[in-house]
Amino acid sequence: MYYVVTTAILVTMALALVRALLGPTVYDRVLAVNMFGTKTVLLVAIVAFLSGRPDFLDLALAYALINFVGVLAVLEFFRKKRHFERRP
Amino acid sequence: MIVDALSFTMLALGGFFVFMGGLGALRLPDLYTRMHAASLTDSLGTLLTLGGIMLQAGWSLATIKLLTILFFLMMTGPTASYALANAALLSDDKDAPGAPPATGN
Repeated sequence: MYYVVTTAILVTMALALVRALLGPTVYDRVLAVNMFGTKTVLLVAIVAFLSGRPDFLDLALAYALINFVGVLAVLEFFRKKRHFERRP
Repeated sequence: MIVDALSFTMLALGGFFVFMGGLGALRLPDLYTRMHAASLTDSLGTLLTLGGIMLQAGWSLATIKLLTILFFLMMTGPTASYALANAALLSDDKDAPGAPPATGN
């Protein structure tokens, strides 16, 4: 059953990558990258139990926090960039 | 036995919801509908998948770590979605595909 979930998560990561590559706006890409990161956390958690190493859960926890901070940083960058470009 | 059956059911449902969310994020026509599909994987897919692993792990340190991961994902997912929708709604390029339709006021 672990293999089924692993396959579903991997297929979803591939779909998110396709959306990130052909997303029309930058927000579509950010959404796809955020989804990719969340699926990475799930994949690491599944692989930890698939390979019998529960120590991998620390990596999943760290990845969840880094992914969140990264998405917020990218969004704030685009907001501030537009703000800076508006004033001459 | 019952715990195993429940765990496998939750894992299968979690995989199903994760795949459905990925399909929706690829196929739906608008940014906001795509965010709706992505939030499906963030809420139900994460909850069911991590819950299924938690039932397999039993009472151990791994369960505590999984609960912490689940807590952080449940806290950060809606926050990131809100920040993304806010940034997209306040963006200037209303003509870009994925921009919200112009209202009267």
